[in-house]
Amino acid sequence: MSLTILAVDDSRTMRDMIRMALMPAGFTVHLADDGVHGIEVLGGIEPDAIITDINMPRMDGFGFIDAVREQEGHRATPILVLTTESAPELKMRAREAGATGWIVKPFDPAKLVKALQMVAG
Amino acid sequence: MSDQNDPMAEIRASFFIECEELLEALQDGLQELDDGSEDPETINVVFRAVHSIKGGAGAFGLEALVRFAHRYETVMDEVRNGNMHPDSEAMKLFFLAADHLSDLVRACRDETPLPEATSEELLERLDALLGEHGVEEEEEADDFQPLGMGISLDLPDLDAEPESSLAHYTIRFKPDQELFATGNEPQQLLRNLCGLGEAKISCVTTELPNLESLAPETPYVEWLIELDTEAAEPEIRDIFEFVDGLCTLEITCVSGPSAEDAGDTGPDLPDAPSLEATATPDVSTTPAAAEDTRTKPEDAPDKVVTLKKDDPAKEPADPEAKKAAPPAAKSVVRVDLERIERLVNLVGELVINQAMLSQSLDEAGLSPHSDAMNGLEEFQRLTRDIQDSVMMIRAQPVKSLFQRMSRIVRESSAAVEKEVRLVTEGEATEVDKTVIERLSDPLTHMIRNAVDHGLEPTEARQTAGKSKAGTVTLTAAHRSGRVIIEVSDDGAGINRERVLEKAVSKGLVAPDANLSDGEIDNLLFLPGFSTAAQVSSLSGRGVGMDVVKTSIQSLGGRISITSEKGKGTTFSISLPLTLAVLDGMVVNVAGETLVLPLNVVVETLSLGPDDVQMLRPGSYVVRVRGGFVPLYDLGVMLGYRAHRKTDAGAIVLLISLEDGSRAALVIDGIQDQRQVVIKGLDDSFYRAPGIAAATILGDGQIALILDPADIIAGSGHPRGADLMLSERKIANE
Repeated sequence: MSLTILAVDDSRTMRDMIRMALMPAGFTVHLADDGVHGIEVLGGIEPDAIITDINMPRMDGFGFIDAVREQEGHRATPILVLTTESAPELKMRAREAGATGWIVKPFDPAKLVKALQMVAG
Repeated sequence: MSDQNDPMAEIRASFFIECEELLEALQDGLQELDDGSEDPETINVVFRAVHSIKGGAGAFGLEALVRFAHRYETVMDEVRNGNMHPDSEAMKLFFLAADHLSDLVRACRDETPLPEATSEELLERLDALLGEHGVEEEEEADDFQPLGMGISLDLPDLDAEPESSLAHYTIRFKPDQELFATGNEPQQLLRNLCGLGEAKISCVTTELPNLESLAPETPYVEWLIELDTEAAEPEIRDIFEFVDGLCTLEITCVSGPSAEDAGDTGPDLPDAPSLEATATPDVSTTPAAAEDTRTKPEDAPDKVVTLKKDDPAKEPADPEAKKAAPPAAKSVVRVDLERIERLVNLVGELVINQAMLSQSLDEAGLSPHSDAMNGLEEFQRLTRDIQDSVMMIRAQPVKSLFQRMSRIVRESSAAVEKEVRLVTEGEATEVDKTVIERLSDPLTHMIRNAVDHGLEPTEARQTAGKSKAGTVTLTAAHRSGRVIIEVSDDGAGINRERVLEKAVSKGLVAPDANLSDGEIDNLLFLPGFSTAAQVSSLSGRGVGMDVVKTSIQSLGGRISITSEKGKGTTFSISLPLTLAVLDGMVVNVAGETLVLPLNVVVETLSLGPDDVQMLRPGSYVVRVRGGFVPLYDLGVMLGYRAHRKTDAGAIVLLISLEDGSRAALVIDGIQDQRQVVIKGLDDSFYRAPGIAAATILGDGQIALILDPADIIAGSGHPRGADLMLSERKIANE
């Protein structure tokens, strides 16, 4: 099924990778450079799920998740945290902020697709 | 090399471009830290740069890069968390590590052998640093998994051999209220569970209170699932991984093979309709259930997620992140350089075309107030604006170049065991991209020279009462339509006796030559000149300043040198802003049309009867407002005519050169001031002294563009210090 995804990552390479992983699966992918940009982009789209990095300039992933959850229409939008850190406390912090789940970089494209289908399919 | 159509290769290429940007940010951040910056965002930037390189490298399986970046990142994380306060030794190590990271990135990009020995050495030193700060050395790549196993949500492996027997599970799932705050949805989890096999789902609503006592945010329901699946229990638990701790989950395995055939219940995830197919019939088998969460209005959890969650503690954004927010990142489009080149060329043609049009309209004798002439004026203005804008596209700040030089300083100072500080100024100065690229080699050589030859050994500095650490200063600035780049050191200055002695011994100068200080300094630019008593491994590589000079000249630039004994030496490079267009003055000399760069022309004069004085035979000066300026006849100097034209009434251009000296050029007439497009002379022509390039004028005529400084330098006439002397001499007379 085709999903609309918002991916927020300050690394161009990561954004490219995400786009590359998701477009062949028929997903519509919107990209943003950091939390602030992500919120801007979110204003104009209705994503089925959101992927976000944690370490980003201007507004980091935690701040971004907080800001998304503050929005009436996105309290239940699944958000996956995409990060190279798999430390348990990081997952907990992400969850406290309202993240739905997490994915550890580097990710396998097929598994990223499956993870998104599992939370948003 | 890489397949154009392979998107992975494209991303890989883009990753390495991004790496360059990240490495630049890393350098900047480290420099700020080294300068004593306390801003937490600075260390964040450093950390993020290393972190992002690691992230991308992992995606491409660049293990050596990942390994090094990972350890570097760990150290930076300690600094970021305030557990480590780097001293100057640690900062040195951070710089070295940044240099090495950049080496690794390039080696990975170019697929050249990796500098593994350095990796090991630096890794050891980073580990030692971590050890000093009481940080346990973590297991290698423990929290960093290589490509392919990176997702912590371990989904059923599609390639695995299907097990022959189905197991039967009873699962009890009761979501906590918090589950809904994370965007997880029971419906979705149940659907995923259906993907593992055949599921019979029933909803237990016995706890559901009366409407008046119903608390809207409390989930009252739980689900019981009977699941026949080939999957093992961990796979079932994996589905609930994200809600672990946010629900009550009981999984009981009721063993025994099911009667059903395994063939029609693959482990693959279902499409939405397949959920309907499995779940809907179950409604009839469990009449008490309210399993279709989307349609049953009494289903509390489905409502909860859309209800407002009143939590005033939560701010829309991390306030700290807001505070530290740097100015908005510039939005950047990457364009193939070839396309820009084409645009630059087209604009060049447009400029020529506009000049031709101006000329024909002029000749048509139209009134200057006519519509055509007004339109032409607008057209000229627009052409100039377009040209400026196009040139801006090619312009880049010299920052990246300067950053590379800071590395050269670090490496070369270590090689000769001198303490050297690099000070850079004007990093934001923008220069044509081609110029920047071609400046790297000459600048590297000059920096090495400054460190190796310019600065004295530490003991000598201390004897001279100077600071122990020498300073090399690298500056860039725009000055009178050109870019000036200076490399200076605060060393001992040029040892002119030694330079002269050496030049004489090499037969470059006659033993009885009487040379000014400036002329002696310029001997350094003679081919093959090397003054270092010992040829060091660093700068004495047989590449002399003459090579530097040649590369600068090939860019349309000039290099000059000033030195003061005991105080230091400054090399100054002057470059054109662009290699494509020039504001020129079109002049006539002996029937030839020539173009002079307008930026050197200070004023035009006409000669009066008493203005010219002879200094010595063949050498004249002209009086300009009480001072004297050497006079040159362009016609004679270029070989167009044999005799000087010094008649009263001749036109003289007063020009000013980068070194501040002035000269007067005799010409026959001025045609025009206009922009000309520089057309390089083919290399097959030998380099004619004084000629910089050629251009095509509005009437289609080809004209040579002159390099006045080169003409005068080649004239053998006195300049600079000598000239000031002559001015005084004349004044005394």
